[in-house]
Amino acid sequence: MDLRTRYLGLDLPHPFMPGASPLVDDLDTVKRLEDAGASAIVMHSLFEEQIRREQVATFLHTEMHGESYAEALYYFPRPESFRLGPEEYLAQLGRIKGTVRLPVIASLNGTTLGGWLGYARAMEQAGADALELNVYAVPSAPEDSAADIENRTVEMLRALKAALGIPVAVKLSPFYTSLPHFVGRLETAGLDGLVLFNRFYQPDIDPENLDLNRELRLSSSVELPLRLQWLALLKDRVRCSLAVTGGVHDGRDAVKAVMAGADAVQMVSALLRHGPSHLRRVRDEMIAWMYEHDYTSLAQMKGSMSRASCPDPSVYERANYMLMLQSWERA
Amino acid sequence: MRKRSIVTVDGNEAAASVAHRASEVIAIYPITPSSNMGELADEWSAAGRTNLWGTVPRVIEMQSEGGAAGAVHGALQAGALSTTFTASQGLLLMIPNMYKIAGELTPFCMHVAARTVATHALSIFGDHSDVMACRQIGFAMLASGSVQEAHDLAAIAHAATLRSRVPFLHFFDGFRTSHEVAKIEELSDDDLRTLIDPETIAAHRRRALTPDRPVLRGTAQNPDTFFQAREAGNRFYDACPRTVAEVMETFALLTGRLYHLFDYVGHPEAERVVVLMGSGAEAVHETVDFLAARGERVGVLKVRLFRPFSVADFAAALPPTVQRIAVLDRTKEPGAVGDPLYLDVVAALREARDAGRLQHLPRVVAGRYGLSSKEFTPGMVKAVFDTLAADEPRHRFTVGIVDDVTHTSLPFDPAFDVEAGDTVRAIFWGLGADGTVGANKNSIKIIGEETDHFAQGYFVYDSKKSGAVTVSHLRFGPRPIRSTYLLRRASFVGCHQFGLLDRFEILETAEPGGVFLLNAPYPPEQVWDRLPREVQQEVVEKRLRLYAIDAYRVAKETGMGGRINSIMQTCFFAISGVLPKDEAIARIKEAIEKTYGKKGREVVERNFAAIDATLANLHRIETPLQATATRTRPPLVSEAAPDFVKRVTAVMIAGKGDLLPVSAFPPDGTWPTATSKWEKRGIALEMPLWDAPICIQCNKCALVCPHAAIRAKLYAPEALLGAPEGFVAVDFKSRELPGLKYTLQVAPDDCTGCNLCVAVCPAKDKKEPRRKAINMEPRLPVLERERRSYDFFLSLPEFDRTSLPRDVKGTQFLEPLFEYSGACAGCGETPYLKLLSQLFGDRLLVANATGCSSIYGGNLPTTPWAVNREGRGPAWSNSLFEDNAEFGLGMRLALDSRADQARTLLRFLAPQLPTRLVDELLAEDQSNEKGIRDQRERVQALRGALGGLRGPEVARLDLLADDLVKKSVWIVGGDGWAYDIGFGGLDHVLSTRNDVNVLVLDTEVYSNTGGQQSKATPLGAAAKFAAAGKESGKKDLGMMPMSYGHVYVAHVAFGAKDSQTVQALLEAEAYPGPALVIAYSHCIAHGYDMAQGAEQQKLAAASGIWPLYRFDPRRAAKGEPPLQLDSPEPKASVRQYMRNETRFRMVEKQDPERFRHLLARAERQARQRFAVYRQLAGLTIPQVAVEDEEPALATTEK
Repeated sequence: MDLRTRYLGLDLPHPFMPGASPLVDDLDTVKRLEDAGASAIVMHSLFEEQIRREQVATFLHTEMHGESYAEALYYFPRPESFRLGPEEYLAQLGRIKGTVRLPVIASLNGTTLGGWLGYARAMEQAGADALELNVYAVPSAPEDSAADIENRTVEMLRALKAALGIPVAVKLSPFYTSLPHFVGRLETAGLDGLVLFNRFYQPDIDPENLDLNRELRLSSSVELPLRLQWLALLKDRVRCSLAVTGGVHDGRDAVKAVMAGADAVQMVSALLRHGPSHLRRVRDEMIAWMYEHDYTSLAQMKGSMSRASCPDPSVYERANYMLMLQSWERA
Repeated sequence: MRKRSIVTVDGNEAAASVAHRASEVIAIYPITPSSNMGELADEWSAAGRTNLWGTVPRVIEMQSEGGAAGAVHGALQAGALSTTFTASQGLLLMIPNMYKIAGELTPFCMHVAARTVATHALSIFGDHSDVMACRQIGFAMLASGSVQEAHDLAAIAHAATLRSRVPFLHFFDGFRTSHEVAKIEELSDDDLRTLIDPETIAAHRRRALTPDRPVLRGTAQNPDTFFQAREAGNRFYDACPRTVAEVMETFALLTGRLYHLFDYVGHPEAERVVVLMGSGAEAVHETVDFLAARGERVGVLKVRLFRPFSVADFAAALPPTVQRIAVLDRTKEPGAVGDPLYLDVVAALREARDAGRLQHLPRVVAGRYGLSSKEFTPGMVKAVFDTLAADEPRHRFTVGIVDDVTHTSLPFDPAFDVEAGDTVRAIFWGLGADGTVGANKNSIKIIGEETDHFAQGYFVYDSKKSGAVTVSHLRFGPRPIRSTYLLRRASFVGCHQFGLLDRFEILETAEPGGVFLLNAPYPPEQVWDRLPREVQQEVVEKRLRLYAIDAYRVAKETGMGGRINSIMQTCFFAISGVLPKDEAIARIKEAIEKTYGKKGREVVERNFAAIDATLANLHRIETPLQATATRTRPPLVSEAAPDFVKRVTAVMIAGKGDLLPVSAFPPDGTWPTATSKWEKRGIALEMPLWDAPICIQCNKCALVCPHAAIRAKLYAPEALLGAPEGFVAVDFKSRELPGLKYTLQVAPDDCTGCNLCVAVCPAKDKKEPRRKAINMEPRLPVLERERRSYDFFLSLPEFDRTSLPRDVKGTQFLEPLFEYSGACAGCGETPYLKLLSQLFGDRLLVANATGCSSIYGGNLPTTPWAVNREGRGPAWSNSLFEDNAEFGLGMRLALDSRADQARTLLRFLAPQLPTRLVDELLAEDQSNEKGIRDQRERVQALRGALGGLRGPEVARLDLLADDLVKKSVWIVGGDGWAYDIGFGGLDHVLSTRNDVNVLVLDTEVYSNTGGQQSKATPLGAAAKFAAAGKESGKKDLGMMPMSYGHVYVAHVAFGAKDSQTVQALLEAEAYPGPALVIAYSHCIAHGYDMAQGAEQQKLAAASGIWPLYRFDPRRAAKGEPPLQLDSPEPKASVRQYMRNETRFRMVEKQDPERFRHLLARAERQARQRFAVYRQLAGLTIPQVAVEDEEPALATTEK
């Protein structure tokens, strides 16, 4: 079965790859992902904010108690090579590049331009084949308008494109007033790919303890339709490549994502739940499905259910709500 | 002459730098003040730094100094070059091996930061009592008196030992030299290679034990041969001084610095000479220069090579004109004819005279100075020369103290000053947490390396670990600095903490016209008015130039938190003009870049921002012509304090303990307890305030408070009469104890603001859940009200102990008899001790191993073990580090013996006493609070009954009657003691069937000496000597004594399950045999905010890293599994636990890949261990009945 696809300018044998996650922290797992046939490796995001906070925290926790008491001038060993922050990430990127023969997509998370370009350039130098820019932040400041937030992202992308030779994808959340318009602006700024959508830590309320819980729940196939809808709506309006992330758990999910227009299929929850080898299983399921339904290549199905190609585009659009409700009533 | 690097280092680093380069195997054990030498050696080896011969020295931390000496001895026997670093008690533990090393004529050099040996008290400070305990061994002893000498003589010792085959003990004064930072010329590798003759190394290698050329060493010899064989090595000792002198000559050719076995300095025709060794010789040198320049015929003879003592060299070094000699010893040998150097000098003079080397015998007097780093100043030196000039010089004098008991002390003029006029002196008062010392060390480095000036820094630290005050003493100038004493005047005084103005005489040292730099949390126009009157007066009288900056505001605005060090450092350079301002700032930034550049840009950027914002915020404060304030310094201790506290303790609190005369002190080291309550330090910026309507009265806050600063009380409503305004009381919510009032109260001057109580408070405001039943609020606005409330709270009666349930809540109504210790804010150890004192304090004997708990438990001026209203409370003692289990066992045996005697006497006198009273005294149950109280009443009755009787037995029983009341012996210590140095003793004590209880406060690291790994350190944690993360797992200390079958064992963590902790302590105490409680204690050496300590303990239990259990042998007899698991199946991951702590994160940051493997192993081990415990918890012990067997412990009489 011909599953070849092109994502971020990379010619890949098939669309399946791990999404940005801690999976790649461990080289053994990276190796197992390669063995499971991943077409590329997407690294977890380098969190700018987290790096800064940790640097300061480490400084304070190791220094605060020193030089206070005669018997203990300091409390921690003082290793000469101490890697805090991006160095570690870059080293891991280098190790992954040295371990697998796959394209490696690095990932950056941040919301301001400061300090970023340096990291991005270093990632390119360390061998990243592409960069995924994760712009998610909770827009909680009332003084930030929607336009401000979008402008910042466009600016960041523009700066990255000017600084880098490798393709840049942007990973977005679904919460934009006009996603197609925003994506249009990103394309003008040089966007190479779009990753739909980010999933985040959403706090849950613990009513008994009057507390908030922050835990990342693994996704399920239930989350796929939101992605399918926007893939389908954007597919014919953009030139850049599209990746789906969040909600693909089996071969059938993958078929749907490709039909909606995905060039690449990223999985995290399914791999965390079932292990790296699940990637091969999903691919095999997809191949089986394609044989069963007389497909010969991925190209045949890619975008076949996009807004432009599907039997009834209005289902993706405004009438959506009513129809769904009615169909539920009939069931 | 070769060009060498100029470095600014302390004495420890100066010595270790040579030792590391000249050694192959380094075995050590941490002990203050020598620990840093071993740590540096380990750091250098970890970073791959090689020795002179291109290999990286192997550094190993052992379980004790005895172990280190053993390892070194083995390494030497097998042909390696070896070294070790130690001090004090540690050196004493090495003595047996040192005899062997010397007897076998083994080239070996050890470095000792000489420290006081514990006698009536422990002291971490410097004198020669440790090294003088080694003078008989057969080691050569070489003394250094300065940082440069510690470097130079270390090299000479390493070279000389190889040439002479006599092992060397190179020593310098603990703290005064080991911790003094000075600018020195560093010896290059080539220098060391030139000094150390390769042929001597080859000879050492050839003598090594090897099966290729087998020999035997360590025979047992008999009366026929031992003596002769012992004399066979004499010629090596005879030759040794010449060898050392030759090495010194070579050294002088290399470096231009000429040392002799005895160095004389002073008037060439001196009549009065002082003989001494160590850093004190520098102060004498400085004074002699001053006096000789004024024509006085005085001199000093510095003893370098004390052993072997060369009479010929000694005699040759003395000026022939000498008439009178004062020999100064920095040690004390009670009962001896004289202290050791004196005896040697007297003997040497006599021998020299007999041999015709001296024309006449000078008169010799002996003096003692500087014990435990007591200041030794030019005024004291002058006093010694003065007595030598007297018609009848004083003999066996002391100098530096006022001895008003045996009148040994020489009077001296504290104002006598010999320091060069061109030396700049600056003194800085700060807190440990604000980084003052670090910044000053850096300033010395900058001045030392950027100018031609000599530079010296010495730092005085606090005896408390929380809110610790630091005083930095800096000198720099164009001349070598020999002032080995604290600054007594300064042209620059920096006070980095405004609050210290109320506690100390900060400006006492300020010179007229000098600078006073103050960090004041006020706008410049308010600064003057905020100063206490005494400070204003001193500023005016001395015409000080006052500068102020609100450094905390600058730090906050630039994201530096509480670190004001680079800000204050910038101010110092800007005002002092020691360097051009811009150059100084550039150097400060360079240093920051160098220190933190590799650790993250953010830290560097924030520091830079703070420095850049400094000058705009620094203000010259105009000072009026007279003091204007009405506010004066508050008294240091309350008027209500006992006489001893006011007379003695208060002086020590004020930092004036040097002024106390001998008569102020008990002669045997016995001190009153319950003194911490008189030292009100008020170090918290914020304190918890009680929001009573939200409170559910669980008392968890009181349980976790490390300083007993938040307390709960239960009392009858009538007691509220006279309550001050603002005192809060609510109804106690209880069906069992109705009609009572409840108050939760914070001690506003004793709280350290650690936040632990607020973090554990489970009660939240339903409308605004961020508010809890206690919330941190600024302290100053509520201070007066809370002080009144706390005083009233303390005056409320204590609730009847017998009617309080022994659960978490109930225990917190028991009066804590461990309070306001100097432990770190948020300490994870002290909550256990406080709980122990609440449960059993009135009948408690504590044997305390040396470590954090002995320091916050027994470090003067004030101590936390307290007494209740009846005057009962814990009796506490610290013997040593290594012997604590045995020490506690001895207490138990004594108590049992006394109780036996009391019972015997009681039975003897029974016919004359009421039968029922005697029967009850002998038989009644004392396993609970009521039983104890009843027994005390019976003892009271017994005393009454004895009052009417006569006879020796009556008097003896009267004396021993209290021993009929059960006493609780607790052996307390940290993991360094229990897992490492004291493990053998602990094991032995537990193997006996005696009723002792052991509480191990397990911080998983040597906390007190600064975070060296112990066998309790968990897999994957970074600690000193395990910088890359500990490779092996934590020793399962609890599992070991379980195999005895008769030991009660519990594994507890109050933050994970406080009820289990309470239960375990109760069960351990009740168990009629040995009991071991291992208590998880979070610690600043884990690297996170201690407010989260309890939360992290929860994770420790939930991840299986710290399973909670109790093993009670009594259950086995009942057919139940003796082991009960008290924590559920691990739900959290070890990763979750580890990611919160810097000690683990550091390992990840160094090598993420390696850390992942360590983590995986830790995860597996935790799960496996839990699985094993789970199986054990299901295991009953088959009970086999054998005729004639004695009853098990469970049923023996107590």
